[in-house]
Amino acid sequence: MKHLLSISDLSKSDALGLLDTATELARVSDGPMKKLPTLRGRTIVNLFAEDSTRTRISFEAAAKRLSADVINFSAKGSSVSKGESLKDTAQTLQAMGADAVIIRHGASGAPHRLAQSQWMTGSVINAGDGTHEHPSQALLDAFTIRKHLSHGENDLAGLHVAIVGDILHSRVARSNVLLLNLLGAQVTLVAPPTLLPVGVEHWDANISFEFDDVVGNVDAVMMLRVQQERMQELYFPNAREYSRYFGLNRDRLKKMKSHSIVMHPGPMNRGLEITADVADSARSVIVEQVSNGVSVRMAILYVLLAGAPIEMGSLL
Amino acid sequence: MSVAMSASDITRALTRISHEILERNNGSHSLTLLGIPTRGAHLALRIAGIIEGIEGAAVPVGTLDITLHRDDLRTRPPRPLMPTKIPRAGIESRSVVLVDDVLFSGRTIRAALDALGEIGRPKDVQLAVLVDRGHRELPIRADFVGKNLPTSRSQEVKVHLSEIDSLDEVLIEEGGTQ
Repeated sequence: MKHLLSISDLSKSDALGLLDTATELARVSDGPMKKLPTLRGRTIVNLFAEDSTRTRISFEAAAKRLSADVINFSAKGSSVSKGESLKDTAQTLQAMGADAVIIRHGASGAPHRLAQSQWMTGSVINAGDGTHEHPSQALLDAFTIRKHLSHGENDLAGLHVAIVGDILHSRVARSNVLLLNLLGAQVTLVAPPTLLPVGVEHWDANISFEFDDVVGNVDAVMMLRVQQERMQELYFPNAREYSRYFGLNRDRLKKMKSHSIVMHPGPMNRGLEITADVADSARSVIVEQVSNGVSVRMAILYVLLAGAPIEMGSLL
Repeated sequence: MSVAMSASDITRALTRISHEILERNNGSHSLTLLGIPTRGAHLALRIAGIIEGIEGAAVPVGTLDITLHRDDLRTRPPRPLMPTKIPRAGIESRSVVLVDDVLFSGRTIRAALDALGEIGRPKDVQLAVLVDRGHRELPIRADFVGKNLPTSRSQEVKVHLSEIDSLDEVLIEEGGTQ
């Protein structure tokens, strides 16, 4: 495996291998010495053409714990804002000897373009492209679900996960539907019809417009951020109506199964898709998702960069 | 292919190693055994069992994965990580005995010493191996050896343990590329 572009490129054993590796690497994050020599001398570039807090610093922390050198490159304040093309940026990074580029881009498919081009020879890791995919987020979500709910099982067979909210603009939802299915979980998407993408009926997921019908039947509820910055049109009448029908509040939390967990990829719109008391409740694993993110991203970097290059499918 | 150690050879060697460890450390009170996965971990459990039989008290035993500290990571496809389980008491000021199946170049043990340094500072570190096959590439030696096996570099030493391989034996195979 050279690149991580999409969950659809992974086999089940690839995905489980990444999660198992992350489990072992989590031990480092818990230990007194948060540093391993494994990627010493490797250069990793964080190329972020779109805003990000969590994903960028999470990848940065992961790379640094494995002793890689990290160069942060954000579009704002760089020559990208002067109109430099992706090609020229990539060739610049290649000339600097980047072993891997972690790319977040507003255009769906930009990481794929970078990986297929001859512009650079390093690994490409998709850290979110447009409304397409966000594979490292799906992996950390699966890692979190497995840790809380799998009872020692390797995969997520028999679990039921609801993904609620702005599916239309969500790359997190797309990656999660693919990965949760790959690992044997059942997925139900809950959203107003206006916030479902065209073709969603072909996704491997149930669809519901009634959050109240679903909330009591699932093991995990994954709330999505309403991506107002991507909404040029009106998708729902107003914020109060949205949060009344599709927000997770105290009443819905009470209906959930006693073992179930509340997830959110962040950043949260408190008061819109999730109320503050639910976000801070004991059921919420939202903060833990962030720390699991570092372990999972360490595993991604380890698998892509630590060894000699190998072909897809022979991973681990 | 020839059999270098039979099941009873292995049992006798481990029993002797257990006695030697106790003799060197004046008993088991300060000992912590750490096996290097996969087969070293099973050997460590067996030695711990024998020591408990002799001393009547359990010895802390764990596993130490060294993959992240290897110096040859870049020459092979990525390897899966094995579990590291450090006994609850930790290794601080303990006498740590590393246990592995075969001592060859010494690079695994160098990596193990680095990995240990990340966990704590033991009082001292000793090394027990079932087989020492020579050809060291680093200044490392074992304190406790089951059997010294003179080999050529082209040969391959295979340790089979009943926990994972269905029987106990040590084999020498010709023509390996190690």
